Amino acid sequence: MYSEKVMEHFRNPRNVGEIENPDGVGTVGNPVCGDLMTITIKVNGDVIEDVKFKTFGCGAAIATSSMVTELAKGKTLEEAVKISKQTVAEALGGLPPQKMHCSNLAADGLRRAIVDYLKKRGEMDRIKELGLERDLEKMEKGEEDDEHEETCET
Amino acid sequence: MMPYLTERIGNPSSLHSPGLEARKALDESRERISKFINGDGGDIIFTSGATESNNIAIIGTAMRNSGKGKHIITSSIEHMSVINPCKYLQKQGFEITYLPVDRNGRVDPDIVEQEIREDTILISIQHANGEIGTIQPIEKIGKIASERDVYFHIDAVASLGKIEVDVKRANVDLLTISSNDIYGPRGVGGLYIRKGVKIQPVMFGGGQEQGLRSGTENVAGIVGFGIAAEIMRKEYKGEAERQARLRDKLIAGILENIEESYLNGHPTERLPNNANLRFSYIEGESLILNLDMEGIYASTGSACSSKTLQPSHVLMAIGLKHEEAHGSLLFTLGRGTTEAQIDHVMEVLPKVVEKLREISPLYKKER
Ligand code: FES
Repeated sequence: MYSEKVMEHFRNPRNVGEIENPDGVGTVGNPVCGDLMTITIKVNGDVIEDVKFKTFGCGAAIATSSMVTELAKGKTLEEAVKISKQTVAEALGGLPPQKMHCSNLAADGLRRAIVDYLKKRGEMDRIKELGLERDLEKMEKGEEDDEHEETCET
Repeated sequence: MMPYLTERIGNPSSLHSPGLEARKALDESRERISKFINGDGGDIIFTSGATESNNIAIIGTAMRNSGKGKHIITSSIEHMSVINPCKYLQKQGFEITYLPVDRNGRVDPDIVEQEIREDTILISIQHANGEIGTIQPIEKIGKIASERDVYFHIDAVASLGKIEVDVKRANVDLLTISSNDIYGPRGVGGLYIRKGVKIQPVMFGGGQEQGLRSGTENVAGIVGFGIAAEIMRKEYKGEAERQARLRDKLIAGILENIEESYLNGHPTERLPNNANLRFSYIEGESLILNLDMEGIYASTGSACSSKTLQPSHVLMAIGLKHEEAHGSLLFTLGRGTTEAQIDHVMEVLPKVVEKLREISPLYKKER
């Protein structure tokens, strides 16, 4: 069902874990099937120096998380926010259609970590400039899965 | 069964000798299968599989007996080939009661009794659940059904060849079985219909199978089904014992060696070939993929691995939370399962679970 590349990342996921004292944290739940992922980043200047993930989800969710961290590492914030679910899926040699939603998880998680970082620094203009207002809004509302977090965090 | 695919290709409805030969072969199979479930011989009709048998059993009795009433009782953990015909009937004006099950997946016969009404015409309960392995108290339910004069259908797909299936002991009126679940060929099933049960066809044509299932019979498949039933009848008891021992070893080993692992389904009233467990903090599809790499083939009720992205309705019905259903893992044992394989699972599984927990944001290791 999965491409070789997906299986490769699934077998040997890159950048697993949580950065201690991270500069930004992004947590996102998957409203479609009820999964969860956390991304932590370390930012130096404007560059994502380190990035790690943890994911509770299917093979595709784990592989896309791994791929996102790999794509994001060493990128500037501006480059990193452009990583979309399509970018991730393409880099993995495609995903089965019913698994496309899983790659949202990883891309969203990364954007949220960046928003978190900028917010902590009070760089609200930068959030706007990078087109992350919607992510900020969703994070503040605890969207899109308050319900999900409730069930998962118990 | 091979000759019936090559030289012996007579149509059992024809009167020439190849046709008669085919008819004889069909009837022999009918006898063999009926004997296996303690029927009276001619009381089986052949279908294309369990789905069709369940459809005929439910829709066929509902339509034929709607004059008496339009209420049907079933459970919330039935196979989709029972649930979906019931849903269809709901649209046709029937009322369906989906009985709850307890944490172990058992239907309570007292609740069955309470739910029976004047207009109840059918109770359809599976003998055992293929996913969580729980065996239902069908003898008690059958007794209640016959006392209250309501037809009793059981879906015995998961139980045939694993535990005793006896239509008389359980007062069964209709019973669904399938060939491939007893190592017979695919594409063949059967429906036992007790003599005198009022039922009508759901498909119309040349009137084969006592008018209840039109269409030329799949002679080769049916012959294979009959032989499979014959072999199973002789062998299943010893085999069930052997598998139950391996199953118990597997379950005990997992519960002992993997923290926060739990059994799904009934601890003792359980199919000998079924071990369904769940592990906190991790997801089933990624479990399966990891096991597959080690040559272990399992399945899961996780939402992520279903086409609809919904968790298994069976796991929801036994009261699991969404994320608990996520971490479920089903092992099915069979004739080919060996002790060495069980040991191999025991060796691999703890490592796989640990690896996935390391990746999971829900898992906080106590240090
Ligand atoms: S995370 Fe649930 S389907 Fe991928």
